Formats: sequence, structure tokens, C-alpha cells
Amino acid sequence: MWKRACVLAALACVALGGPASASEGATHPPAQDWEFNGLFGTFDLASAQRGLQVYEQICHACHSLNHVAYRHLGELGFNEDEVAAIAANYQLSDGPDENGEMFDRPAEGSDFFVPFFANEEAARAGNGGAYPPDLSLIVKARSGGADYIYAFLTGFEEPPDGEELPAGRYWNEYFPGHQLAMPNILDVNTVEYTDGTEPTHAQMAWDVTNFLAWAAEPQMMERKQMGLKVVLFLLVFTALMYAVKRKVWANVHH
Amino acid sequence: MAHGSSGGTPFKNPVVRWVDSRLPIFSMMVKEYGQFPAPRNFNYFWNFGALAMIVLMVMIVTGLFLSMHYTAHVDYAFNSVERIMRDVNFGWLMRYIHANGASMFFVVVFIHIFRGLYYGSYKKPRELLWIFGVIILLLMMATAFMGYVLPWGQMSFWGATVITNLFSAIPLVGDEIVTWLWGGFSVDNPTLNRFFSLHFLLPFVIVGVVFLHVAALHITGSNNPKGIEPKGPQDTLPFHPYYTIKDMFGSGVFMIIFAMFVFFAPNYLGHADNYIPANPLVTPAHIVPEWYFLPFYAMLRAITFNIGIPFTGVTIIEAKLGGVITMFGSIIVLFFISWLDTSPVRSARYRPIYKWCMWLLVLAVVVLGYCGSQPAEGLLVVVAQICTFYYFLHFLVLMPLLGKLERPLPLPRSISEPVLREPGAGPLPAGATAKPMEKS
Ligand code: HEC
Ligand code: HEM
Repeated sequence: MWKRACVLAALACVALGGPASASEGATHPPAQDWEFNGLFGTFDLASAQRGLQVYEQICHACHSLNHVAYRHLGELGFNEDEVAAIAANYQLSDGPDENGEMFDRPAEGSDFFVPFFANEEAARAGNGGAYPPDLSLIVKARSGGADYIYAFLTGFEEPPDGEELPAGRYWNEYFPGHQLAMPNILDVNTVEYTDGTEPTHAQMAWDVTNFLAWAAEPQMMERKQMGLKVVLFLLVFTALMYAVKRKVWANVHH
Repeated sequence: MAHGSSGGTPFKNPVVRWVDSRLPIFSMMVKEYGQFPAPRNFNYFWNFGALAMIVLMVMIVTGLFLSMHYTAHVDYAFNSVERIMRDVNFGWLMRYIHANGASMFFVVVFIHIFRGLYYGSYKKPRELLWIFGVIILLLMMATAFMGYVLPWGQMSFWGATVITNLFSAIPLVGDEIVTWLWGGFSVDNPTLNRFFSLHFLLPFVIVGVVFLHVAALHITGSNNPKGIEPKGPQDTLPFHPYYTIKDMFGSGVFMIIFAMFVFFAPNYLGHADNYIPANPLVTPAHIVPEWYFLPFYAMLRAITFNIGIPFTGVTIIEAKLGGVITMFGSIIVLFFISWLDTSPVRSARYRPIYKWCMWLLVLAVVVLGYCGSQPAEGLLVVVAQICTFYYFLHFLVLMPLLGKLERPLPLPRSISEPVLREPGAGPLPAGATAKPMEKS
């Protein structure tokens, strides 16, 4: 009976674990060898720091990052002064002050990333009616995760023969439906990396994806480290319980 | 072996004695969890009740901490969950335990229910015990459904919209009922608020029903893989230490699996779309419920035809209502199986035909789960219809008929003496070997 139960359990895993049908008209993104993969995976902090630069200098012009505060960048390996310097590049509206007036001030560590557009309507107006989604959770909000984001950023191509693109639309191999309102921005714009890395299209896509993976799940390293300790403890505990169980049951024939 | 003694307070500690002679809770604990005689032949399927109890407690504790930081408002719910994940100390741990705990709860309870079905634990005298179990399942489903709405992602919103809309299939008053459930004309802030309130309340109702479930168990005693009642002390073991230690070992194994999900694949069982904030203007490409609802979702969608009087064109039940009745019926039918099953033999071990029907039922439910995860198109609709048909056939037709038609294998005379060898008796149960009478 256990054999049968195992077979059915395996079947259930296949049935339920299978992707709930891939979206129509998009290629499956190839799997990448991310440093954060696996039980012992950690973030590639150098790459993620470069990715922050890509986000700030390119993506920020359209995409917000509402769930990330500047102080969170401390976990990405920046010290307090560096965090304050990054924050100070952004202006935000605060108030009212004691006279009831709103005023502008530079952002501080405790503020969340200041978006370029004041609201969704402004973002749409600036992008031909399409809304550039907030990127804080984008890696967790797409099936395929980081593999998809990287494939997407490197997947802009000329449309296949015979396919007409409306004005302001671009063609992407991996985007569901292929047509979208975001241009192949990494071909148009580039950054000058402070660590001297060559800013190729693929490099920038790789770095910004590493950054976004961190932004979506900043507690990942803490989580995995704690997980290893917890599972190790549980293994010892369970082995011990098994031994005691054998001992207790030793005199019972069954 | 067992603690305590018969009669009087057996406790040495004066405070315990003082309390116990006024309110004998310590005596009760010793009687119900120390000496409680349990059949000696439990297999590991009998661990799952204890596991369910553990997950229920874990859910209440983590839920309590989450609710200290959660904001039940459409403008803040999604953000407050992200604050829990990023800024509350160990908030991510609480949330991942709670979200995966719901899945673990259903895994454990589904196996627990399968155990009851396979070994006939729903039969006399355990009918009421079984009914409390089915009530717990219904309450769990309601709780999990409303919990999934709370983070207010796309699947939260659209799942809630699809499921609450089902009530509109009720003739005449359907639309009024849906408006009443929503507290408005769509799933909106009032809906979120009441779901939070009920999601907080229902787990404590579950605790109450679990208490009744366990109380009823301690009146009838446990069933066992052989499905025959213990005949005397040689057939049982005191719950402590034999089954307490076995449950500890089982919980260890369970917690390892649970921890693997929480720490290494916390979003594997979830849906990516729920990390997109709810947007009433954008419908996701595929609205799928959590995995534990998929078989029921498939039954809902399997009814694609109206039911009426043949050749007259008169429709009695619209397809939508038929689906809703089928889905709820799949749980409701469980309330009646104590009486639908006419076989005097409890355990499927001794029922050669029923045993195979049971595995077929499991297969049907697994396949239904797969159908539920896919768009309801083409062949899969037919597959789901066949499986749904078998599900109801199993309970409504096979259970009553097999009890009369099937020839069960000979039952062992007692738990400790498994083999009945009488001249002319049927074949031996598979794997059974003669063993001398055992004494404990
Ligand atoms: C000129 C504005 C603009 C810039 C700059 C820009 N994007 Fe976009 N992006 C958009 C728009 C508009 C959409 C929505 C497209 C649609 O839905 O048609 C989008 C969509 C996306 C998506 C979602 C794709 C999906 O599966 O739904 C991702 C991921 C993304 N952008 C990443 C980036 C990254 C990373 C950068 C920086 C390297 C960037 N974008 C720079 C405008 C921009
Ligand atoms: C029977 C036990 C319970 C079940 C099955 C259950 C199930 C769920 C589910 C499936 C979610 C959605 C998880 C997600 O995807 O984020 C959830 C969220 C939530 N639950 Fe529960 N729950 C239970 C008990 C409780 C209790 C007792 C409380 C409060 C005391 C509680 C408070 C919350 C809160 C505040 C949330 C929203 C935060 C979040 O989404 O993570 N839950 N619950």
C-alpha cells in the first residue's frame, strides 16, 4: 500500500507542480546560473550594486521601486554615508510645515525610493498609455522569476516578417503576446560602471536582474542561513526521536 | 508502564493534588493522554491527526503576529504585507510559515481523511466523530479562502470575485445574496474587512470543533489498520510513551518537510500573480485557486451542460448552478457515508474490490487537481467530467452496492492474533504470517 501511495503522491506532485499553463505566444525563458540559486545561494552583491546603478540611471525614468527604502541599501553592502549620498540625489515633496506649506527636500535614508512620475496617470501619459509596473516585486510577480526578467531584457528583436508594429510598440521574444510599450532601452542608453566593468547590453541586463532579485526578496540570505540551522537541528532531533522510539517499542512485538 | 493509579489522586506535588481534587484536569490528562489505551497496530497514517493539531496551533500563533501588523484596507493591505516581509522583525518568517502552513494543513488533513476512508473509520460507532471531521474540513476551506484574499494581490481579488459570484447561481435570490456577501456591488473594502474579521474568528471555531472531534474519539477509541475492535489489554498499548514518542518522530519528519518549503521554496506553492497588487480593471490570463482547491474547482467547471427534462427543452438546473451543487455536494456527501457504506467490514485490507475503488478515487481526485490547474478546454473537460462522475459513483453507488456484493477476506480474530486459519476459510490476507499470541 505504501508503494501505491508513493506513486500517487509523485503523480500529484507532477500534476500540481506543473506550470499552470504557460502564457500563449511567448517563449519559455532559458534557465540561468544565478549565484542566488540553490540551498546555499547568496546574492552577488557586486553585480547587484552595479544593477542599482542601471536601475537609477535607466529604469528609474519610467519604473518606480515603491517597496524599497534607501536605508534597505545597507543590506546590499553600502555604508551609511553612501546610503545618505544615494538618497540625497532625489527630491521629494514633504509637509505641511508650521505655516501649512508643502516644501521640497532631498530624500533621506528612511524614505522610500522616490518615483520619477508622481502617479500612475502621469506614468501612463509618459508611456503612450501603458503603465510601467513597479519593479520592487517584479521578480516574484512573474512566473520564471529572474530567468524571465533577464530573458525579457535581452529579448527585444525585430518583429517577424509580415508583422506590423503600431507606433510606440516594440517586439519581445519572451513577453506574453510579444508586443509591448517598453523600448529596447538597454540598446539606447548605457551607464558608466564605477567599478570599470564593461557595460554591454547583456552585462547591464544581468546586473539589474540581480539587483531586482535582491529588491524582491531582501531577506533571502538571512532566510537560507536560518533554514540550514533549522533543518540541521530538526534532522538531529528527528534522528534522536527515532532512536528513542525504537528503544521504547523494543519490547513490543508487532 | 502507565503513570498514575486507579482511584484517588496519584500526584505527589501538593499544588497539583490541591488543584486535582477540586478540578481533576491532571487526572484527565493522565487518563486521556497517558493511559488512553490505543490499538497496538497503528501504522504511520495514525500520525496525521497529531500533525494537524500541530499545524493548527502554528497557524494561530503566526496568524496572531501577522494580524498585529496587517492593515485590512484595500489601499494598505498589499503594502502592509510587504512591510511585514521587509521591516517587521522576522515578519518574513511569520508570513512564510503562515502561507506554507495553510498548504501543509491541507496536505495533512487530506491524508488524514484518506486514512479514515481506507480503514473505515467513519463506520459505527464513529459516525459523529467523522461528521465533526467533515465540519472541520469545511471550516478550514472557508478560513483558507478568506485568508488568501487578505494580501490583496491579483489572485486574492479575482479568486474572491469568482468564488463569491458562485452564489449568484442560486435561483431568485442569488444576486441579492452576492451583494450581501460583498457588502457592496463588487469585491471591495467592505469585503476585505469582513473577510479579515472572519478569517480571525474561524480558526478559533475550528479549535472548538477539534475539541469535540477529540472528545468523541476518546469515547469510541481509535480505529486501526485491521478495522476490528480491541478485545482486551493484549490488543492495546498505553498512549504514553508508545504513541507520544511515535508522534514526536512523525512530527520531526513533518517539520523537516515544512521547513524545506518555508526556508528554501517559500513561493513554490503560491502564484506569481499574487505579488501584483489587486487591480479590478485587469483580469489575469488564468484565474486559478490555491492547489488544495483545484479538485473542487475542476468539479465546478466540469458541469458544462444544463440539466433538464429530456426532449422537452425544459431546463431545471442551469450549468452554473449544477457546477456549484456538484462542488459543494462533493463535500456534503461525506457527511452521509457512514450510512451509505453497507459493508460490516471496516478496513479496505479485507475488502478486495473496495480497495481498488479506493485507489481509483484517489487517482480521480489527483487528476481532477490537474484539470483544475489548466484552462477548462478540450479533452480536459471530458476527463474532469469522467473523474467527477467516478467521485460521486464511488460514494453514492459503489459504497452501498459493494457492501452487499463483495465477499470480504476473513477477518483476524483479534488485533494481536492476526491470522484466522479455519478449514474452508478464504485466502490469507496478503503479507500476513502466523505469529504467536503476544502479551504486553
Ligand atoms: C521609457 C520608459 C521605460 C524605461 C526606461 C524602462 N521601461 Fe520597462 N517598461 C516600460 C513600459 C511602458 C512597460 C509596460 C509595457 C507594456 O505593458 O506594454 C514596461 C515593462 C517592463 C517590465 C514588465 C514586463 C512584463 O512581463 O510585464 C519589466 C520587467 C521592465 N519593464 C523592466 C525594465 C528595466 C529593468 C528597465 C531598466 C533597464 C526598464 N524596464 C526601463 C517602460 C520603460
Ligand atoms: C485554520 C487556520 C488558518 C488558515 C488555514 C489560514 C490561512 C491563511 C492563508 C492561506 C493566508 C494567505 C497567505 C498569503 O498568501 O499571504 C492567510 C493570511 C493571513 N492570516 Fe491566516 N490562516 C489561519 C489562521 C489565522 C489566524 C488564527 C489568524 C489571526 C489570529 C490569521 C491571520 C492572518 C493574517 C493577518 C493574514 C494576512 C497576512 C498574509 O497574507 O500573510 N490566520 N491565512
